[in-house]
Amino acid sequence: MSRYFTDEHEWIDVEGEIATVGITDYAQEQLGDIVFVELPAEGTNFEKGDDAAVVESVKAASDVYAPISGEVVESNSALEDEPALVNSDAEEDGWFFKLRIADASELEGLMTEAAYKKFVAAL
Amino acid sequence: MSGNDDIAHIEEELPLQDLPLDTWHRAKGARMVGFAGYHMPIQYEGIMAEHSWTREHAGLFDVSHMGQISFSGEGVDEALEHLLPSDIKGLQPFRQRYSMLLDEEGGILDDLMVSRPGDGAFDGAAIYMVVNGATKYDDMGWMIEHLPDEVVMNHMDEQALLALQGPEAGEALASLIPETADLLFMQSGPFTWRGVSLWISRSGYTGEDGFEISVPAEDVVLLADALCALPQVKPIGLGARDSLRLEAGLPLYGHDLTPAVSTIGADLGFAIQKRRREEGGFIGHVRVMKELADGPAARRVGLKIEGRLPAREGATIYAGASQVGEVTSGGFAPTVGAPIAMGWVSLPHAAVDTALEIEVRGKRIAATVAPMPFVPHRYRRKA
Repeated sequence: MSRYFTDEHEWIDVEGEIATVGITDYAQEQLGDIVFVELPAEGTNFEKGDDAAVVESVKAASDVYAPISGEVVESNSALEDEPALVNSDAEEDGWFFKLRIADASELEGLMTEAAYKKFVAAL
Repeated sequence: MSGNDDIAHIEEELPLQDLPLDTWHRAKGARMVGFAGYHMPIQYEGIMAEHSWTREHAGLFDVSHMGQISFSGEGVDEALEHLLPSDIKGLQPFRQRYSMLLDEEGGILDDLMVSRPGDGAFDGAAIYMVVNGATKYDDMGWMIEHLPDEVVMNHMDEQALLALQGPEAGEALASLIPETADLLFMQSGPFTWRGVSLWISRSGYTGEDGFEISVPAEDVVLLADALCALPQVKPIGLGARDSLRLEAGLPLYGHDLTPAVSTIGADLGFAIQKRRREEGGFIGHVRVMKELADGPAARRVGLKIEGRLPAREGATIYAGASQVGEVTSGGFAPTVGAPIAMGWVSLPHAAVDTALEIEVRGKRIAATVAPMPFVPHRYRRKA
């Protein structure tokens, strides 16, 4: 399994043709206490860059974009009952949705973990 | 991912200024944002934790961005009764009142606290006023324009302002300054701490018991350190101040109150005492009288929201197919444990228990007009 990162602070785990998407630990830290996550319905088709989810902190709503194109095959229903999972475990149990990858070449432009760490350190 | 922080009105065109506690906030790990022209702490450990701490213990807020203004000179009371709809002549020494500045059409220019230091206390000011930070220069311009030459207005920008709020605020402050224990809600007075002159009122904007402390800017670090060394006290950011005041049903200027709205619709009629309603003689009186007689077209109301999706400022409110209002403040309420909002709705839909809908990102969510405050006030009044 490989993990990729975007400069919009999403992480993507790729296993075969399925990509799991969440927001990074850095992103949840910036957002603060998360009280609601609006997730896409199964079967939704995204182009890379589409609005895919909304994460609401105590103070503000933020959009989460689809980091690559694909069809939603599952959303993390655990977040409905416990949105704070994004704060406590952003990069594992706090995942947002899984996509069936439409175009694997889109992964090429994404960052590795080391590159993302460097990117965040420079912010 | 992208976000916009609805409290952080980042004014990129003007350089932000530093308040006297700027370095102190940063050393305590505050996340700083631009607000009202200053770098301000929005949060330290997190809004939820800070909110709960204030409701259970005592939170220290830096509100030094707010405008502190003194008035003196011949005929101050008469001059301020022209500017403010509240009873100034009847304001006793060491007492404080909530009031507002109205424009000629009765629209709200700002809301404020006005008090009478009394006996020449607090630099001999006849009247002391605290106004909102984002509006303070406009307020002062408006007041200069409408005050007679005999009245001298002084912007006390050498003073910092702290708010200590929460059920343990009283015992915390009394451990430094025992005499403050005698203050009741909306009373104020001069106090001395380690040789520093303070002006302290028992008030605040969280719904909790607490104090606002005016302190010379050069001494504010010392006082903030002494307060935060107490076991009851932690520094709290603007984020929690906003969620606390929303739960307390207190309107926020620039959001729930604007020049487009009036006192009576805003449910702030309590700030206009009987004599002033009858006699008038203040700017904006015509609209106040008309709304007292005929009722306002719309009212500021509280909204309970079903589910967990917060409705925020700008969300539109519907009764069936017709839009009947707009959310002016909204978010997740940590003490309530659910999203709540404040908004303006047209009069026929403003009664408590009216079922409405709010549109959030194209979806309608169910909401009900709710009595405010959402969390009961705990002011310390006379037993």
